[in-house]
Amino acid sequence: MEDWWTTLTIEPSIENHEISSISRMMSPSRHHNNLPTMQSSTMTLSKSSYNVLSAFCTEENVPQCTSYIIQEMDSLGFSSACIEASSPEGSWGLNTVPVLNMMYELLQMHRRSQRSLQELETEQLKSSSALEHLQMTNSRLKDQLELYKREKSGLLETERQMQLKNKTLQNCLKTEKDEVQKLQSIIASRASQYNHDAKRKERESTKLKERLNQLLVDKRDKKLAIDVLNYLGRADGKRSQWKTGKVEARHEGEMYKSLLSDYEGRQRALMLENVELKKVLQQMKREMVSILSPRKSCSRGDRAEDSLERASSDREEVGDCSKETLDQSCEHARDQSCEHAREQLTNSIRQQWRRLKSHMERLDSQASLVQQSQQCAGKELVPRQIHEEEMERMRLEVQQCKDFIQTQQQLLQQQLNSPCYDDETAALLNDCYTLEDKERLKEEWRLFDEQRRNFERERHNFTDAAIRLGHEKKAFEEDRALWLKNQFLNMTSFVDRKRHSTSENPRALSVSSEPEMRIPSTPAMLTKSRTYTAFSTPKAASAAGMPSTADLYRTLCLIPDRSSSSVGSSTQGSWQESNTIHSREDTPVRSKHRHGGGDCCSIFSLGSEENSLN
Amino acid sequence: MNFSEVFKQSNQLCRVSPDGKYLATCVQYRLVVRDVNTLQILHLYTCLDQIVHMEWSSDSLFILCAMYKRGLVQVWSLEQPDWYCKIDEGSIGLVSSRWSPDGRHILNTTEFHLRVTVWSLCTKAVSYIKYPKACQKGIDFSRDGCYMALAERRDCRDYVSVFVCDDWHLLRHFETETQDLAGVEWSPNGCVLAVWDSCLEYKVLLYSLDGRLLSTFSAYEWSLGIKSLAWSPSSQFLAIGSYDGKVRILNHITWKKVTEFDHPASINNTKAVSTLSNEYMSGAFHLPYPVQRHLKNCLAYSLSEWHEICPLPVQVPVVKPDLDRANPKVGVSSMAFSSDNRYLATKNDNMACVVWVWDMQRLGLLAVLEQTSAVRCFQWDPRRPRLALCTGNAKLYLWSPAGCVSVQVPAEGGFQVQSVTWHCSGDSLILLGKEQLCLCYMESRGNNYFVIKFAMNNHLDV
Repeated sequence: MEDWWTTLTIEPSIENHEISSISRMMSPSRHHNNLPTMQSSTMTLSKSSYNVLSAFCTEENVPQCTSYIIQEMDSLGFSSACIEASSPEGSWGLNTVPVLNMMYELLQMHRRSQRSLQELETEQLKSSSALEHLQMTNSRLKDQLELYKREKSGLLETERQMQLKNKTLQNCLKTEKDEVQKLQSIIASRASQYNHDAKRKERESTKLKERLNQLLVDKRDKKLAIDVLNYLGRADGKRSQWKTGKVEARHEGEMYKSLLSDYEGRQRALMLENVELKKVLQQMKREMVSILSPRKSCSRGDRAEDSLERASSDREEVGDCSKETLDQSCEHARDQSCEHAREQLTNSIRQQWRRLKSHMERLDSQASLVQQSQQCAGKELVPRQIHEEEMERMRLEVQQCKDFIQTQQQLLQQQLNSPCYDDETAALLNDCYTLEDKERLKEEWRLFDEQRRNFERERHNFTDAAIRLGHEKKAFEEDRALWLKNQFLNMTSFVDRKRHSTSENPRALSVSSEPEMRIPSTPAMLTKSRTYTAFSTPKAASAAGMPSTADLYRTLCLIPDRSSSSVGSSTQGSWQESNTIHSREDTPVRSKHRHGGGDCCSIFSLGSEENSLN
Repeated sequence: MNFSEVFKQSNQLCRVSPDGKYLATCVQYRLVVRDVNTLQILHLYTCLDQIVHMEWSSDSLFILCAMYKRGLVQVWSLEQPDWYCKIDEGSIGLVSSRWSPDGRHILNTTEFHLRVTVWSLCTKAVSYIKYPKACQKGIDFSRDGCYMALAERRDCRDYVSVFVCDDWHLLRHFETETQDLAGVEWSPNGCVLAVWDSCLEYKVLLYSLDGRLLSTFSAYEWSLGIKSLAWSPSSQFLAIGSYDGKVRILNHITWKKVTEFDHPASINNTKAVSTLSNEYMSGAFHLPYPVQRHLKNCLAYSLSEWHEICPLPVQVPVVKPDLDRANPKVGVSSMAFSSDNRYLATKNDNMACVVWVWDMQRLGLLAVLEQTSAVRCFQWDPRRPRLALCTGNAKLYLWSPAGCVSVQVPAEGGFQVQSVTWHCSGDSLILLGKEQLCLCYMESRGNNYFVIKFAMNNHLDV
């Protein structure tokens, strides 16, 4: 048992050794600095193992060897006492068991040392490679450092140069500034000198002129004369007058008269302009009133009875008051005298203007609020027209889908009913499609599925939108009613205008109430029969002229013609395409399709029922 | 359009009497008075020397002829050809002579602007006005002839004296806030006096007739200032042309700037029409008078080679002035309002070939008239919005809102039009050459339209 165990334990060691030697052989170049020691160790090992057999111990020197071994063992710290066993014959003999034990221990030791050696070797390898790496990085870093140093010195140099340049430039600037200042002072001094000189020269010249004048007067220039045959009468035929205070006063009077007349003319022109402007102002006011008042009357229809009365009475008051002021101001403006009236006019205009402005602002804010609410909902609020268009389009799509499903069902029925094709042959036949065809079909199927999903989503969206529209409509109506009530309370208008507006009321009301009646009902049930039939009937009429294979189904199910609408024209092509493909599709796919289509069918059934009702 | 025969004249002295009946021309020392309609010589007067200046009196009865070198002024009467008057300013010399608005006084400015002598033809009285200022426009009479504004210089300060022309009574005398007054000009209604500073400072002062300062306007500082000034006939606008190549329009109520007209070298204004006159004439297209025109709505065709409506933007030829020399050729030197106040024509000196027409209702550029050579003179018809201009060649150019016409003067021997003057009726034009003159008779309104239409039809046929 022990033997078995030892052999077991030795074997891996040998293998281990071999492997390690192989590994050493495999990578000699990498650990070339470690190699000599390792080789030497293996060499000694092998040498010793050979020498034990051949040289170290012979028959003759067994005791010496034994003693040597014992000594060695002692030095290694093994108890060698029991190794030696005196044989009965008196010759040297070895106690086998301790020797073997010792050998085993030795072997163990050897293995341990081997292992540790290996470990150390790998460690060394690792550390050497690390060292190499570190050296490399070190050298690289050194290079970098060198580079940076050089760069730094370069930068320092340029900085120094820049500073130098800066300094010189600053000096230059300073000198230039000094120069400018100097020049400016020079200019100023020159200017003052010039002015002074000019003045001096002018004075001199005037003095000279004076002198010349004096000389001329003194000299009594003989030549200075007028030689006239006979004197003329004045152009106006009057005689010249003496210069007296009276004349002076007359001149002054005339001057002021002319000035006055000029100012009067100017005033008249300004007055005319003023009148024109006033007219424009009044017209503006009138128009403003007319703009603001019909809205009020419009809103009255929506209010409850009691509030209506109250509001109308309020409005009457305000309107009368404003009308009064307007009339007054008009009259006064015609007089063109009363400051007060003018003020009134401008005040009333201002009031109206303010009201208009606030109205506009309110409208703006409402618009922005609506927009905000839209943004909150994450969807844009589409106007009713667009809604209707969308609805129509969707209805068309529904019809198309239904159409499509019907044809498919029909085809399926045909295929099932046909006697010659049992399932296997059908599968066989369907299998005979080329791979390419299959791919294409799959692709088409995927497309169709996607379209179906889109449609579903759209329908959902539309339902949501319709519901939201209803809510918003209601909110808006309320807002409008509130605002109109406010307007009622605030606004001024004329009695006759009111009368006029009441005559218009029914029309305006009918327009506004129509969508109100219809829209709030729609969100409750999307495909309500009334709205639906309204759209489907004209199409059903036009379906007769369509010469296609699916005519029969259409006429049976009252499906409107696809091509009658331009909205779905883009989707139409793809629908038809998928239609033709599905007719050739293999059975499993078709059954899947039927599953998918069944859903649609259940949705559309409502519509078709309604159609049949219609 | 018809042309008279060519007459001689000298010194560009040719004036139509204010009543429009007579035409006076000077030929050397002779004064010739003709009937405007028949062009027959009515009177011939002989002066003592070559005439330098000639002027009609306001009542069209007398003609003043000045001979500055000799310090002499001679006055002739139309009614009494024998009557004569000779004024000798003597040794003091004479630089300028003019009639007073009443036609009975003569104002002579002596040399060195020593004084202004007022000679009366009614009495022998002589009055002196001392210290007149030698400047661009030192004397101005109001349009109605009642007042005279005179710029004065005393003790290195500027003053303005307002005289009553009737008896030369000094009505107002006030100092103006100017460094160096350059000119005075009455508004056409005679109630506001515009006073402007010399080109060294941009400053316009507006005084009431009674000497109150109404307003002061200054567009900028430290640069050459005002070059020209013009009142609109209605006194509503005051146009100020300056050395920066801009015209600023002041209104008559607040005296603030209404607008500013720039004269850019490149015109991008889509509302403006630019016309270019071209000297090359095509042989195929020949009219009695080569009449070409342009349509206002800027049709992109050229009627012939004479005028061309240029596609915008248009580059205007600009002459770079020599700024080192005095009186550089920059800035708006001449401006004129049309008689109906609708249009303003301006000329910028560094774009001498171009006349700009501005619409005063729209306050924008209306037309740019580009000539091949420098524009010598332009003048508005006193009755109609019609502008006549000449460039020193043998052609007369006319512009009206309906289009342009250029007319060759059919005179022999190279008649070069140096200046143009409208007859006060607006029916004829006096064209002055270097030594000659000639009258150009406009057609009546209907005929004029016919000419234009004719030209258009011709072109459309072509």
